[in-house]
Amino acid sequence: MNFEFSEDQKLLADQVRKFLDDNCASSHVREVLEGERVYHEDLWAGIKELGILGTAIPEQYGGSGAGYLELCVVAEELGRAVAPIPFGASIYLAAEAILLAGSEQQKSTYLPQLASGETIGTLAVSERAGEVSPRTIALTAKDNQLTGVKMPVQYGTIADLAVVAAKTSAGDDARSISLFLVDLSAVKRDVVDSIDPTQNMARLTFEDAAAEPLGGAGEGWDILQKVYDRAAVLFAFEQIGGAQKALETATEYAKERYAFGRPIGSFQGIKHMIANMYVDLELARSNCYYGAWALGTDAAELPEAAATARVSATTAYQHCARNNIQVHGGMGFTWEFDCHLHYRRSNLLALNIGAKSEWENKLVDRLEARNAA
Amino acid sequence: MDFEDTKQEAAFRAEAREWISANAPSYLEEHLEKSVFATVNTGPYDQMEESKKWRKTKYDAGWTCLSWPKDHGGRGASPIEGVIWRQEEGVYGALNGPFGIGEGMCGPTVAAFASDEHKQALLPKLASGEEIWCQLFSEPAGGSDLAGLRTKAEKDGDEWVINGQKIWTSGAHYSDWGLLITRTDPSVPKHKGLTMFFLRMDSPGVEIRPIKQVNGQSGFNEVFFTDVRIPDAQRLGEVGDGWKVSLVTLMNERLSIGGGMPTGFPEVFEFVRTLDGADGPAIKDGAVRTKLAEWHCKANGLKYTAARLTTALSKGQTPGPEASIGKLVAGNMMQEIAAHALDLQGLSGALLDPEQAEMAARFQAMLLRSPATRIEGGSDEILRNIIAERVLGLPPDVRVDKDVPFNEIPRGSA
Repeated sequence: MNFEFSEDQKLLADQVRKFLDDNCASSHVREVLEGERVYHEDLWAGIKELGILGTAIPEQYGGSGAGYLELCVVAEELGRAVAPIPFGASIYLAAEAILLAGSEQQKSTYLPQLASGETIGTLAVSERAGEVSPRTIALTAKDNQLTGVKMPVQYGTIADLAVVAAKTSAGDDARSISLFLVDLSAVKRDVVDSIDPTQNMARLTFEDAAAEPLGGAGEGWDILQKVYDRAAVLFAFEQIGGAQKALETATEYAKERYAFGRPIGSFQGIKHMIANMYVDLELARSNCYYGAWALGTDAAELPEAAATARVSATTAYQHCARNNIQVHGGMGFTWEFDCHLHYRRSNLLALNIGAKSEWENKLVDRLEARNAA
Repeated sequence: MDFEDTKQEAAFRAEAREWISANAPSYLEEHLEKSVFATVNTGPYDQMEESKKWRKTKYDAGWTCLSWPKDHGGRGASPIEGVIWRQEEGVYGALNGPFGIGEGMCGPTVAAFASDEHKQALLPKLASGEEIWCQLFSEPAGGSDLAGLRTKAEKDGDEWVINGQKIWTSGAHYSDWGLLITRTDPSVPKHKGLTMFFLRMDSPGVEIRPIKQVNGQSGFNEVFFTDVRIPDAQRLGEVGDGWKVSLVTLMNERLSIGGGMPTGFPEVFEFVRTLDGADGPAIKDGAVRTKLAEWHCKANGLKYTAARLTTALSKGQTPGPEASIGKLVAGNMMQEIAAHALDLQGLSGALLDPEQAEMAARFQAMLLRSPATRIEGGSDEILRNIIAERVLGLPPDVRVDKDVPFNEIPRGSA
């Protein structure tokens, strides 16, 4: 039994943490929060130089080919630092979609650009409120030209390249959806406000935008599910990274803050709240490790493991971020304290690739499928 | 990252598997598999007799108390080998019930503090199951606040005279020996006036009364001591050092209780797939699905938390108080699952007879047993204190009785 990251993987985590301590302190995150920057270009430049964008992209496509377990430990550190950069959109979503569904030529063209960070990618699926399904996708493709609106799109005003889900045949079944690659330079893009201003969000308006098919016609929905499963594990590591930081912040504050003549952490009302945060996080961490194992070995269990990691990590991060504010009392509700950075990010990550309720449903579907088999 | 045994672990597993398949009481397998929650089913066979028989068979081949040294009746095995053994022992592990407290708590305490003569006389018989041990710690006035115990031990020549009462003693009625913590000096603060002993449970003046529990069973007892005499040679540790000795016992309690707790998830999952609700199978109901997802995440999280702890053991590390989360999560989960499963049954959920109730009444059994899981071996609240204070380093609660002589601490009326 060796259900733990290796020494080399832990060393990588340490290196990334040191880099982020210097280059992604809360002062840097706040430059984006305050609207001084749309995203943190300097941090992105540093990440490019560090060479970690291509961690799980094979060497033949310009990555380092280190692997998914390595990408998981990187993700955990990015989540801990609430990094205001399009790492997830570009790597977990766009690059994964191209890796899964791209032609040899598309992989050779786009993956090296994404791995180097010269090109920023994203995924555009959502159009309106409600659970995303083939029925809610109205943007159409005709002769490889897209018309319609995607909103909101993560890092939509920054990304150079988008993987876009479009309707390519009548009806509302899965086969009505295909994926396309679109150069966004000619697409109308408007910033939209979101609950987490440290992550750019946009409305994209496509008017006969030139696009190239990614994967076969009618295969889009199935590819998307596979992309989401893989991204779910990676975002789950961001979530436990953030949850860990929120737990540590709450714990430190409870030791230092005195009320009624004693540290507030000595009151059971506070310490039990923090113990419960720890329990949720440990369960999520174990589920994430299982997800990492499934992703790293491309196991048949991946869909179930990914949904488990997603639901568990979403719960833990929301719980830890929410109660971190509670432990801080009124000060936790100020703009000045960093508690809200995690509160915002935890609630954005709870939605970004499908809401928790959708993943709960998928998880039970998959448990049923396993038991029927 | 993988789930494979090392070469050495695989060899150990193969050896254990081969021995078990050649020696286990296979005639009990079908009955043991039918055990419903918190009971052991041995069919027409006597449970204690079969338990002792399997224990002795294992002992003769060196398969009990694996982590103990060989001259104490153990195998000198590593902690990871203990985990592998339990995995391989499978359903037959249910026969270990009467010996768990001896192996997990009393034995290690005797090994740490008794004389060599006593160790040689007691430990091999404990390991073989010939003699069964119980732990006499909790009292009406000292549960979570164990150091508040009042059972008195007074020196009389080379003997001690014991008067008082213990409660929640598992298996006292079939035990040969007991590990007993007493108060020898009430004039000093509570942690300082305690002393540990062991004694024969058939000593004159010991009276055992079973406690009838909420679920109608009687797994626990009250034990009364009236002028019971114990030789000073049966003292463990110095006079006044009983608290320190008890910490050795309790540290082992958490490790022996924490691993592999049932959660009720596989049972409830099976149940909602088959239950025909108002709108078809209950598993299609949105509210049910939300709960299933939550419970699966917890059960799976516990399973792989155990895998992380096993990895630590495999690397020769000792898991710390982190292991406390197992019982905390599993106990709450079982209670919640039981209530939800009954809710889905409507008034039929009130049925208790396994012949009449759904799923052989296992959820009713869980409902009526799970309150104890949240209390025994460290209540939820104590476990949260342990996590907060020993894992996360939060300051302890203010202890108003800490430096007060025991006999000056206020007592309530309950």
